[in-house]
Amino acid sequence: MTREELQEIAENELEAREELDHLIFVCNAASCQSSQGLQLIESLKSGIEEKELGDTVEVKGAGCMGLCAAGPLVLIEPDGILYTQVKPEDAGEILNHLESEAVERLKTDLEMPFFGKQVKIVLENSGKIDPEKIEDYIAMEGYTALNRVITEMSPGEVIDVISDSGLRGRGGAGYPTGLKWSTVGIAEDVQKYVVCNADEGDPGAFMDRSVLESDPHRVLEGMAIAGYAVGADKGYIYVRAEYPLAIERLREAIKRARRLNLLGNNIFGSQFSFNLEIRLGAGAFVCGEETALLASIEGRQGRPRPRPPYPAEYGLWGHPTLINNVETFANVAPIIRNGAEWFASIGTENSKGTKVFAMAGSINNTGLIEVPMGITLRDIIYDLGGGLPEDLKFKAVQTGGPSGGCVPEEHLDMPVDYESLKEVGTMMGSGGMIVVDASSDMVSDVAKYFVEFCKSESCGKCVPCRVGTAQMYDLLDKISKDEATQRDLDLLVDLCDVVRNTSLCGLGQAAPQPVLSTLEYFKEDYDAHLQKATDKLTHAVQREE
Amino acid sequence: MASRTKVKTLTIDGKRVGARGDATILEVAREHDVYIPTLCFLEGLRPNGGCRMCIVEIEGSNKLQPSCVTQVYEGMEVHTDSERIQNYRKKILQLIFSERNHVCSVCVSNGNCELQDTAQKLGMDHVEYPYLYPHMEVDATHDRFAVDHNRCIMCTRCVRVCEGVEGAYTWDIANRGINAKVITDLNQDWGDSETCTSCGKCVQVCPTGALFEKGKAVAEMKKTRQFLPYLSVMREEEE
Amino acid sequence: MSKARVATIWLDGCSGCHMSFLDMDEALLDIAEKIDLVYSPYVDIKEFPSDVDVTLVEGAVSSREDLEKIQKVRENSNLVIAFGDCAVTGNVPAMRNSFPLESVFERAYKENVTVQETVPTETVPELFEKVRPVHEVINVDLHMQGCPPPAETIKYALTEILEGRTPELTDKTRFGK
Repeated sequence: MTREELQEIAENELEAREELDHLIFVCNAASCQSSQGLQLIESLKSGIEEKELGDTVEVKGAGCMGLCAAGPLVLIEPDGILYTQVKPEDAGEILNHLESEAVERLKTDLEMPFFGKQVKIVLENSGKIDPEKIEDYIAMEGYTALNRVITEMSPGEVIDVISDSGLRGRGGAGYPTGLKWSTVGIAEDVQKYVVCNADEGDPGAFMDRSVLESDPHRVLEGMAIAGYAVGADKGYIYVRAEYPLAIERLREAIKRARRLNLLGNNIFGSQFSFNLEIRLGAGAFVCGEETALLASIEGRQGRPRPRPPYPAEYGLWGHPTLINNVETFANVAPIIRNGAEWFASIGTENSKGTKVFAMAGSINNTGLIEVPMGITLRDIIYDLGGGLPEDLKFKAVQTGGPSGGCVPEEHLDMPVDYESLKEVGTMMGSGGMIVVDASSDMVSDVAKYFVEFCKSESCGKCVPCRVGTAQMYDLLDKISKDEATQRDLDLLVDLCDVVRNTSLCGLGQAAPQPVLSTLEYFKEDYDAHLQKATDKLTHAVQREE
Repeated sequence: MASRTKVKTLTIDGKRVGARGDATILEVAREHDVYIPTLCFLEGLRPNGGCRMCIVEIEGSNKLQPSCVTQVYEGMEVHTDSERIQNYRKKILQLIFSERNHVCSVCVSNGNCELQDTAQKLGMDHVEYPYLYPHMEVDATHDRFAVDHNRCIMCTRCVRVCEGVEGAYTWDIANRGINAKVITDLNQDWGDSETCTSCGKCVQVCPTGALFEKGKAVAEMKKTRQFLPYLSVMREEEE
Repeated sequence: MSKARVATIWLDGCSGCHMSFLDMDEALLDIAEKIDLVYSPYVDIKEFPSDVDVTLVEGAVSSREDLEKIQKVRENSNLVIAFGDCAVTGNVPAMRNSFPLESVFERAYKENVTVQETVPTETVPELFEKVRPVHEVINVDLHMQGCPPPAETIKYALTEILEGRTPELTDKTRFGK
């Protein structure tokens, strides 16, 4: 493979598209598949056959278009018409209206804030290419960044670009990506590894799944560039087994990239080789923690170990290992293509670029969005998210999953970036965003829910997390059942402190966060339960008397 | 590797000490008679870092680090006994006591138990957290030994001595979180284990009365651990 | 100097701690000089009095009767000492906590008896699902571990308290001793 050949593939693909009158993209990511997306593709295809439109119209399965609540979604190009909640039986009507006015009852306004306020870098191809065809990705300048770094840049220069771009880890903690790369880059070892963390496990989060299902090559290209930059010739994608479609598409993508020598040995005829393998997680949330993830790849039980030493120095089988999350890798190729300044011009002072969020809970536009850092939570929830369903009143938005916290109304105008979120007691996390309405009880619906999650996902290696989360859960359960006293609440607060400060890994250290943050902003919910408990007791005494 | 083994100077509780470059804080502390409590750590076994009793404060970092696995560095300032650390250690110990059914008065290891000793040493005179009282089994199917999961603190010394010293890999951990427990083979009865060599090392390294020799009554089970450093030294000489 | 008003009480325990108290032997005479034993299984007083300076509580809280007793103790005592492992940890009485109450009754009143295989329902206090250490139910001022705490330790603790000092017990007793 050479640059010219790459270009040729792109041109062929684009030419083929030019020859068509209409290109119909149908979302075939997991969420739309679950609402008959695949049947819709089939009925569109047979409709085209019946109507003998085969020469001028093509149907493509494409990745996620974001508005998951209204799936399956259909995008008609070049007309730019988006249909929502399309049923297989709507196929005929859609095809009949290709040359006339759009089908009004299915059409959605592409100018609405949900689309208008998004800035797409990670999701630029999502919904616009067939994730199962490498040619589609190449037509969108795919693998040109990899070509450029291999043929024109030194590893050091690549790391500089990533550092200058200001990209930070999208897995949640926000560690500067360039710094991580350079640490692995300067580590001296004949063997190094690049690992992609695709063990997305936060309840309500599906950003990484969507990227892998919609645009898998973007992640592969990012990993290969990282491999070149840090001097690694071997990579692993650690993806949870609960994502069968993502796995299938990744497998297919790796196979096709290897066939075109975009992965494998002597890529673009250079000395650089990069081979990728998939490793499947077996359902442990803690394997998203990097040392547990490495243990799992090595074939051991997925339990974390104390850091330091960090994986950048002592990773897979003791070798320096770069671990980044799916979304982080997905940002790499565009940064190389468009330059560090371009990327750094988006976002805020300390948080550059965009962030993908999965909106869930009491919100109208459930789905996936990509927004520039610095946007306010209010904009996300009320503009892009379309607010809460009519009869519901906003109470809080939960971000950062089991490690995050709740943001109340008073902080909704704060810009979304790593530091601001931390200041109000939550975190960016991987991008889950759950809107909680006023009918919810923060004790049982938020704090207890997430602590139960952490309790059942604790690996059990360290005492504070193993026993502490179990004790926290029991106390929260008691409080939520109106059986607790002030002493129980004091114990809970005290436990939060112990678990946070003495647990071995991030799971335990962050597990108290949902409790602390609900206690900070919604103490009245806790007090109400304590009051009810006191009332119950008084009544009981009165009855006896 | 030369740079790693170079002597480093650091302070422990304000005292300036020298140490091998690859030494851990715990090793250096013990060399200088600084007491740091440990439960999962045992000299001669791969460190685990799970019990969190040996956490220390290091200047410049707000994260507490387990001294059993944290290597020293030049200029490191370690505090092993601040009020904050003492408080956390006591509470972690309380969590351990609350987890299973540690009834000292009827335990074979009463009086010879590292958990009991540590409670006394740290002045932990009661457990604030509610006891969980799980229903745990006793496996007495082995000819000579038995395991009482009520007394187990999940230090995993048995697992580590079995894999790292005996090389039998009989012991392992099943389940996760609060449901985790040590098991023999694929969670079969110990007496049916095909891998167990009946060497008894697991029994001797166990800090509590969880693993014991059959026929011992209350307070009769005394453990002998001298073999472990001896074995380590002998093996190092062989290498 | 007026004598200190001291009480002792047992809840769910074996009375071993009270035996250990008696093991002070002749030291009891010294103690007796300084205290008035205002309530105790050792003496015949039916009602727990008010204005008690120090109460030693043996045993865990197993039943509604225990709970009522201990609440009364707390209301009327200046200093409450959890006296021995059952009071401090639940100890042996709490060993039934790993089993459901029903199977405990089965075991006690049916499997292990030869006559009158019935679970009593009247005139006996309600048994709680879980046996609890005293401090989970009321505030406890001092924990004295031991099964039982040695006589020497009891003597030391009482003497210290009567002298107005806080006894340092950690090196004088431990769980299970």
